Amino acid sequence: MSIVHTAPPRWRRGEGLKALLWMSPWLVGFSVFFAYPLAATVYFSFYRYDLFTLEFVGLDNYRYFLVDDRVWASIKNTLWLVVFMVPAQVLFGLGVAWLLTRLKAGVGFFRTVFYLPSLIPVVAGTVSFVFLLNPSGPLNQFIELLGIPAPDWFGDKDWSKPGLTMLAMWGIGNTMMIFLAALLDVPRHLYEAAAIDGAGAWRQFRSITLPTISPVLMFSTVTGVIYALQYFTQAMIASRVAAGVTDSPGSSFVPGYPELSTLTLAEWLFHVGFRDFSMGYACVLALLLFAVSTIFTLILLRRFRAFDEGGDR
Amino acid sequence: MTSLATRPAEAASRAPRPAARDPRVRVILYWIATHALAVALSLMFVGPLVFVALTAVMSTDQTLTADLWPDTWNWGNFAEVFARSRLLAWLGNTFLYAGLGTAFMLLSSIPVAYAMARFRFRGRRLAFFAVITMMMLPPQVVAVPVYLIWARLDLTDTLWPLILPMLLGDAFSIFLLRQFLVTIPREYTEAARVDGCSDFWTLVKVILPMARPAIAAVALFQFFYCWNDYYGPLLYTQTNEANWTLSLGLASFRALHSVQWNLTMAAALLVMAPVIIVFFFAQRVFIEGVTLTGVKG
Repeated sequence: MSIVHTAPPRWRRGEGLKALLWMSPWLVGFSVFFAYPLAATVYFSFYRYDLFTLEFVGLDNYRYFLVDDRVWASIKNTLWLVVFMVPAQVLFGLGVAWLLTRLKAGVGFFRTVFYLPSLIPVVAGTVSFVFLLNPSGPLNQFIELLGIPAPDWFGDKDWSKPGLTMLAMWGIGNTMMIFLAALLDVPRHLYEAAAIDGAGAWRQFRSITLPTISPVLMFSTVTGVIYALQYFTQAMIASRVAAGVTDSPGSSFVPGYPELSTLTLAEWLFHVGFRDFSMGYACVLALLLFAVSTIFTLILLRRFRAFDEGGDR
Repeated sequence: MTSLATRPAEAASRAPRPAARDPRVRVILYWIATHALAVALSLMFVGPLVFVALTAVMSTDQTLTADLWPDTWNWGNFAEVFARSRLLAWLGNTFLYAGLGTAFMLLSSIPVAYAMARFRFRGRRLAFFAVITMMMLPPQVVAVPVYLIWARLDLTDTLWPLILPMLLGDAFSIFLLRQFLVTIPREYTEAARVDGCSDFWTLVKVILPMARPAIAAVALFQFFYCWNDYYGPLLYTQTNEANWTLSLGLASFRALHSVQWNLTMAAALLVMAPVIIVFFFAQRVFIEGVTLTGVKG
């Protein structure tokens, strides 16, 4: 930097243009696949559109939203996932990572085993779980062995979401890795000092580990929530495989089997837009999804602002 | 399940206490408790895959029973999956999507990430925030207008609506690469500049070799994302079975190819196999890559 003492301001201005040039593919992508579609979504939300006729209907789509009982079912299900599935994933991921830090032998092996399921293609994993959790499947045989009446998981509206939660916990590999890296970053000497002061394992975890990893905890919770808001594939596959039907445009199958219990907001949006071809109404649902996920993205951005100021060179 | 999973963890930390008098006994008990717990968890993580594999080789009649262990080992089930479905065509489509998608993503995202990490310009933070916003945007939000764009170009029913956008950069990859590139000390690029290297050659000769782990990680992530993607192919190619990917084919397998769980599990296993094999060879890349996403300050 000290070399270019001749005219720093000139190349600084030059870098702005250069940056624009280098980033131009992304800028085009941003406009075509983000800015324009977002504006168009707002526009279409005031229209009835089925790919052939476009008709202005004012607030009709929004009014329908208020009386559409399936949208409320889907919002309730999505909230369920946020409230139960996300914490289950985060806590389980943290727990498994913590266990890995305690192991003396076979850490690499166990890490591989715990991480592997998260790479299994989602569809294959979900199809497998529908089979494993079938009424006479391996899991239920095990539960009955313990003398507990086993539920009909994906065939029972009260148990389908817990079934999906188990699937999610099976695939916590990424969360676990992030926590593992964070836990290993906690300075050792803090623990040693605490141990000398007589702090037990739980006390050490609460007073040292938790404060140090809290940014990572926040990060995985927020991203977990954002992914829960767009939860789609697992719910769709589970309900269709359990019901034994395939999906195609114009199909009369209402997703969410059994009894709308697995219908998520993203899934209902997809069904409305691309199976019923009520594109205008789908845009209303899209805007709702956007509004909610933006709130969580903003939380994430605040985190990155702090991070960026610290780490920027 | 939640309680089932967390309870042993608490038990492990509590278990050594009764025998806490002799520190050596305590250490050994603690060792046993934690490792026993790890073994139990391993069984829970691997168990599903084992049952899938066992069911995949059962006879059709046995699948209808509650048996867990196959009486006869019907390896022919895998051949039957190939015979009954267009698995090879789906595999080819999946490779096309994942391969081209990854190549295009690297081509477009690396320069963008480099510019964001290295050039000084106004709005650089804004650009970074835009990347994060787009990365976090649920794909369903913009689905309708984006679909209409591709419908107008007459490219629906093909995989191109999923591949071509990769030429315009992928937010997640840009984010991850940028996070890595900012950690490379400026001195390296300044030195190259002094030696008369243009930005392009600085990127190729200095940055790319140093950023190899990050590039490998985003490439693998992208490849796996495409390989596993269900929503995208469902949206664009559901109506044209010739352009299905493995995910789409597998999702419809049970309903289309009549029922039998053994064949469905065999198909699921065939879809999982390449991923598992790649993982065992490229484990390190994955693990380093995941750690990169976890915003270490």
